[in-house]
Amino acid sequence: MSQFLSQLNGTLRRFFATPVSSLLNVLVIGIALSLPTGLYVLLQNAQGIIERFAAAPQLSVFLTLDTKADEVAQLRKRLEQHSAIASVEFVSRAQALEQLKQGSGLGDVIGGLEHNPLPDTFIVHPKTGSVQALEALRDELKSWRRLERVQLDSDWARRLEALLDFARTALLLLAALLALSLVAITFNTIRLQILTRRDEIEVAKLIGASSSFIRRPFLQFGLLQGLLGGLAAWGIIATALILLNLSLADLARLYDSSFILNQLSPADGCTLLAFSAFLGWLGAWMSVTQHLRKIEPR
Amino acid sequence: MIRFDHVSKRYPGGHPALSDVSFDIAEGEMVFLTGHSGAGKSTLLKLIAAIERPNGGSVLVNGQNVGALKPAAIPYLRRNLGLIFQGQKLLFDRNVFDNVLLPLQICGFNHRESAQRVRAALDKVGLLNREKINPIALSGGEQQRLCIARAIVNRPSILLADEPTANLDAEYAGEIMNIFRAFHQVGSTLLISTHDESLIRQGDARTISLKHGELAA
Repeated sequence: MSQFLSQLNGTLRRFFATPVSSLLNVLVIGIALSLPTGLYVLLQNAQGIIERFAAAPQLSVFLTLDTKADEVAQLRKRLEQHSAIASVEFVSRAQALEQLKQGSGLGDVIGGLEHNPLPDTFIVHPKTGSVQALEALRDELKSWRRLERVQLDSDWARRLEALLDFARTALLLLAALLALSLVAITFNTIRLQILTRRDEIEVAKLIGASSSFIRRPFLQFGLLQGLLGGLAAWGIIATALILLNLSLADLARLYDSSFILNQLSPADGCTLLAFSAFLGWLGAWMSVTQHLRKIEPR
Repeated sequence: MIRFDHVSKRYPGGHPALSDVSFDIAEGEMVFLTGHSGAGKSTLLKLIAAIERPNGGSVLVNGQNVGALKPAAIPYLRRNLGLIFQGQKLLFDRNVFDNVLLPLQICGFNHRESAQRVRAALDKVGLLNREKINPIALSGGEQQRLCIARAIVNRPSILLADEPTANLDAEYAGEIMNIFRAFHQVGSTLLISTHDESLIRQGDARTISLKHGELAA
């Protein structure tokens, strides 16, 4: 253990002995990792929006504008008694208009309307969320009188979900490519280190150093470089999100919204660090396995 | 302690470096290995340290067949040996103290005990007051003594030295031989190769002579 720590100490000293090249390496790794990480953060944010809508599947049932109050009551009763429906909410034309004024930022425009153009609406919560059940219910309701339109509210969310699946595949490909580049960067860094420390390795082998003793500082270096690269990526992403949110705040204010992009969660951040540290270690391990074998005392 | 049993060694594409060499060295013995240059002295020492492997016969160190050791076992053999080899490398990226410290770091000694041992080893070779300087600033004789300090700091039971007095003037050579005699007196086994006849005549030790890779009578 103390041997491990004293070797770690030596590794740290070596890392900071050439601060410029070490930091440039860390920066290269950080930038490479920040691309897939940034895409991941954007996808997470999009995912959050979708889930808010897709989590509780519901149907919006719009009535024709000339539906009378007693017909509305009948329809409501009929809907509530339907075996596939869990609950029904009624949003009157007046309520709908009020909500639109509040929520869209178009209050002034709506205030200038002569007539309320909105219909009475039922929000129908079905008992099951499966796509088939929802579509069957929609098709059945379409045939009822006085129902102008039946809309499956999760439709667009599902389409977006499919789009996100595509984006996730792209993310995986990008991440795999850049992970490979991280391994390659570390492989090369360690190769150069082994070459410059050839004498030391030869002497160490001659006086009885085990191969794990000789490999350890290089593995530590790769791990450290990967870890700091991951940290740099996290920092780049966090800074970028803060900047994006600043300009997003202006945009959102124009739309009366308070939408902001969420930061990388601590758990995801730690996964990033673990992943980048592992890749650094892997690059170092490959390099050490490849190059140390060739150095033997003569 | 060291036993060669019909050992032969041929380098790829070359003439035999050693052929049918057999001898025994007892524990605590000091032995000189002599012969003209190219007689196989260095090869013989390298076989003991498992730097080279024999093509025939067996090399036993402490009853272990060195030629048949697995690579993972070689470090543990070498920790038992103090090696002072020709053209061996001191590390010029660290000071005298840290050069001698390296074998102890490898064996995992703690900090305080290491420091004591390093100073004791430097004291024995007369370099105690030079511990902070870079070995590049040492004279040839001092560098050779530093190599000896590094070889003995681990208190190995066997010391192998390949031409330890080559390129040194008589006075330095005499100093170094005195250091070796002191080790012999505390019970270490020594095998020292040299072509310097004057050192051998002074010595009270057995001599093994090689001629063209074979034992000369």
